Amino acid sequence: MSYSLSINGATRQIDLPGDVPLLWALRDGLALTGTKFGCGIAACGACTVLIDGQAVRSCQIPISDANGEITTIEGLGQPGALAPLQQAWVTHQVAQCGYCQSGQIMQAAALLSATPDPTDQDIDDAMQGNLCRCGTYPRIRAAIHDAAQMMKAG
Amino acid sequence: MASWKTITRRSFIVLGAAVVGGAAFGAYKVAEVPANPLVPVPGSVPLNPWVIINADGITVIAPRAEMGQGISTTLAALVAEELDVDWAQIRVLHGPPAQAYYNAGFVERMSNEPDYRLSKADNTPNAVLAALPKILSMQMTGGSTGAIGGFLQMRLAGAGAREALKAAAAKRLGVLPDTLKTEAGKVIGAQTFTYAELAEEAATLVPADVALRDPSTWRFVGKSMPRLDMVAKSTGTETFGIDMTLPGMKFATVRMNPKRGGPMASFDPAAALVLPGVDQVIRLGSGIAVVANNTWTAMQAAALVDIQWGPADYPADTAAMLTRIEAAFATAPDSRLRDDGDVETELGKGDVIEAEYRIPFLAHAAMEPLNATAWVKPDGAVEVWCGNQAPILTRDAIAAALRIDSAKVTLHTPSMGGGFGGRTDPVPAVLAARIAAAMPDTPIKLTYSREEDMTQDFYRPAAIARLSGRLEGGKATALWGRTAAPSATHSALGRLIGFAPPGPDRATVEGGFDQPYGLPNYRYDGHIADLTVPLGFWRSVGNSMNAFFLESFIDELAHAAKADPLQFRLDLMRDTHAPSATLLETVRDMSGWDRLKRPGFGRGVAFCYSFGTPVAEVLEVQDTPAGIKLTRAWIACDPGLAMDPSIIEAQMTGGMVYGLSAAIHGAITFDDQQVVERNFPDYDPLRMHTTPSFEVKILQNNGTFGHIGGVGEPGTPPAAPALANALFDLTGTRARELPLNRTFNLMT
Ligand code: FES
Ligand code: FES
Repeated sequence: MSYSLSINGATRQIDLPGDVPLLWALRDGLALTGTKFGCGIAACGACTVLIDGQAVRSCQIPISDANGEITTIEGLGQPGALAPLQQAWVTHQVAQCGYCQSGQIMQAAALLSATPDPTDQDIDDAMQGNLCRCGTYPRIRAAIHDAAQMMKAG
Repeated sequence: MASWKTITRRSFIVLGAAVVGGAAFGAYKVAEVPANPLVPVPGSVPLNPWVIINADGITVIAPRAEMGQGISTTLAALVAEELDVDWAQIRVLHGPPAQAYYNAGFVERMSNEPDYRLSKADNTPNAVLAALPKILSMQMTGGSTGAIGGFLQMRLAGAGAREALKAAAAKRLGVLPDTLKTEAGKVIGAQTFTYAELAEEAATLVPADVALRDPSTWRFVGKSMPRLDMVAKSTGTETFGIDMTLPGMKFATVRMNPKRGGPMASFDPAAALVLPGVDQVIRLGSGIAVVANNTWTAMQAAALVDIQWGPADYPADTAAMLTRIEAAFATAPDSRLRDDGDVETELGKGDVIEAEYRIPFLAHAAMEPLNATAWVKPDGAVEVWCGNQAPILTRDAIAAALRIDSAKVTLHTPSMGGGFGGRTDPVPAVLAARIAAAMPDTPIKLTYSREEDMTQDFYRPAAIARLSGRLEGGKATALWGRTAAPSATHSALGRLIGFAPPGPDRATVEGGFDQPYGLPNYRYDGHIADLTVPLGFWRSVGNSMNAFFLESFIDELAHAAKADPLQFRLDLMRDTHAPSATLLETVRDMSGWDRLKRPGFGRGVAFCYSFGTPVAEVLEVQDTPAGIKLTRAWIACDPGLAMDPSIIEAQMTGGMVYGLSAAIHGAITFDDQQVVERNFPDYDPLRMHTTPSFEVKILQNNGTFGHIGGVGEPGTPPAAPALANALFDLTGTRARELPLNRTFNLMT
C-alpha cells in the first residue's frame, strides 16, 4: 500500500507496508539518511524528527500514523544555509563521530521552539533521552545556549 | 558519495613524493615511491598516495579512519602546513587499502618498556621496526597512533607536493625553484600559477630534497582548526557507512549464533518468508541473513526464523567464567614486565595491605550499529563500503570468504559513527559480501540491529586483580600487582592474522606495570585465563582494566597511610617522571582540591600514563535526593606536542565520559552462553543530566620536542578509579567491583 507523507514541505509517496516505522521509510524508502538508526526501541534519540514541531522518535511511528508535517535534519538547514542551531553546533565544534547529532539537533530545535531561553535544567530535561557515546554533552549544552541567544538577537 | 575512486577519476593529478628514512627535522631524501593505490587517470603520472589536486581544491587522502576522533582534520592540517593552502581549500578522504598507508605509529607501541621511560626525541622508528607494520598489513587505526604515525608522513607528503609544484613553475619561468614561494594554493614568482595549473606537470617531477618547515612558523599544526567534517555532521549530510544508498539496493540484517563460535544446527525460514517485503533468507554458516525491501522488515523477519543453535565452547554464565579467570592465578605468569627491587622480601616483613578487584566484560556500543554494504558485480568483482579500522585485513578477509583474488575487492572506508576499537574485525564486511554473493548484481546493505551489535561484539575482557602493598612511615615501600584475564590480544590477533604473537602480553598488564610510581619495590604480573569468549580492543585496551586496579589500590594505600591521596601520588611520582607529577599539581590547582572536601561532596583523583600521554583526572560527586551526582571534572593531560587543542579537549572529555559510563553502568554478562544485555536500557551510558561539567588543561612538557602522545584513548583509563575514589571519599565504602551501580545509588 502507498502512503503519502508531508516531509520538509513536500509531499512524498512511500510504497511500504503501513507498520514500517517512519525512520525506515525516510532512510530506506526516501534516501533521507540524515535521520539515524541507533536502537529501534525509543532508547537513544538518534532517530528524532519533528512532527508538527514536536520531537518524536521516528523509530516508533508507523508510517500509517505519520500524519502531520514532518521535519527532518535535512529540512532544518543545509550546508550552505545553516539554521542557527546548526551554526552554533559548528561554532562550538560539537560533533565527534557525529552520528547522534541529527537527533540531538532536532531535539534541541523542539526545545528552543517551546523554550526560547532554556536554563541548564531545561536542557537536562529536554535532552536526557538523546544518547551520545562520544560524550559531546558539554558542547551540546553550550551550543544550545548560544543558539538561543542568536535566535533572540534575530 | 565522494570517494577516493571517483575523485581520482574526475580529477587528473596525484602528486608529490614519498620519503623514507630521515631524522626528526631537516632535509629528507626522496627515495623510492611506494606503490600508489589511487587510480590513475589516462595521461597522468600519479606519484603520491596522499595528495590530490584538482580545480576544486586539495584533497588529502587520510591513511587513518575517522571515527569521531578528529584524526582526518589533524592529518589534513599536517599536509596543509607544508603545502601552503588555505584551510577552506582542503578536503579529506579515507584512502583505499594499501601498503602505502601503513601506520608507522604502531611500532611505538611494540615495546615492553613503560612509555614514560622511553626517552626518544621523536617518533621516527628505526628501519627494522618500521618494516613491521608493513609486514603485518597494519593499515590500522588504533592504539591512539594516528597523529604519531602521520606526523612525519603527512608533512612530507605536503612538502613533497609543494616542492614538485615549485619545480614545475620554475621550469616554466626558467628560474631555480628556490627563487619561488608558495602561498594560498599558488606558486608565486615573476608570474603566479595556481596549483591546479601546475599539477599535471608537477606530477612528473620528483624533487630531490624536501625541507620541512620550522615549527616556529606553523600556522595550522598546534592550533584548534575547524573540523573538516563539522558542517556535514551538523546537517545530516555526512555519509556514514550505514547511509550508503545505491541503485536497486536491498536491505539485509543478520542473526548469528548468540552462543559465540557455536554452529547452527538447523533453521526454518517459513515464518519469515511470508512477511510482505521479504526477499530471501540466506544461510551464513553459524547464522542467517534476511534480505528485504527495507531494513525494519528484514529485522522483523529475522526474529521469526526458527533456529536451533549449537553450543559455544566457553562456560555457561558469568560466575563460571570468573571462576575460570580466578584459576589463572594458579598458573605461571605470562608476563612480569616490571620487577623493581625485591618485592617478596619487602612484603615478607609483614603488615601487608591486600585487595582484590573484579571488572566485567564490556561492549563497545558505538552509536552507529555495525553495518556494511556490498555489491557483487557481474564480472565477479566486489565493491564493499564498510567503516573499519583495518582496510587491508578487511579486504583480504572479503576476498578469502568469496574465494576471489584481493585485487577484485574494492573496499571503501566511510566515516564511522564511533568505533572505540570495535570496528577492527572484518565480520560485517565479510557477511555483507557473502549475502551479496548470493544475490549477484544487487547492492546489499547489511545493518545489524542494536541487539545483534551488542551480542555479537568482541568484548573488553573481564578481569580479576590482586594487589598487595606495604607502608612504612606513611610511605609505600612495595607493590605487587597481579592481573588475571583472558587475553584480548590473543583473541583478536588470532582472528585477524591467524596467530597470536609470541612473548608476554602487554595488554593484560598495561596501565599497571608501566606507571611512573617510584616505589622501590614494584612488581607487576599478568596471568592469562583460558577462556574463549570473543574479545577485542576497547578504548584504551588493558589500561581501562589496570588503571582501575592500580589507582584504586594506590588510593587504599594512601588512606591506610592517612595521607592525602593526591599528595601521596605526587610524592611517589615526583622523582620518577616530572611531567606526570606536574599534571597532578595541575589538577590539584584547577579543581581547588583542598577546598573540594566538604559535607555532602566527595572528591577522587586518578592518573594513568597510556599511549604516550599521561592524564590526571579529578572528579567531584555530590549526594542528592535523586542519588549521587557527578558534578564537576578536571582533566590535565600532556601529549607532548599538542596538535589540535580543541580536538584534544573533546577527546579527553569524551574519553572520560566513555570511561565513566562503563564504570557506572557497563557490564556484559552471560547466561546460557549468551550475552544478556541487548540494547541501551541494559547498557546505559551517561546522559546530558548525569554528565559532569569539565575543565581540561593541555600541557606540553612530556618528552622532548616532537613527542606526540595519543589523545583518543588516554582520557578513559583514569575515569573509573577517579569515580570509585570519589565515592569512597563521599561514603566510606570502597567499591572493588565494577560497575559501580551495583554498590551505590547513582543518579540515573
Ligand atoms: S533509534 Fe529511535 S530512539 Fe533509538
Ligand atoms: S558524536 Fe558520536 S555519538 Fe554523539
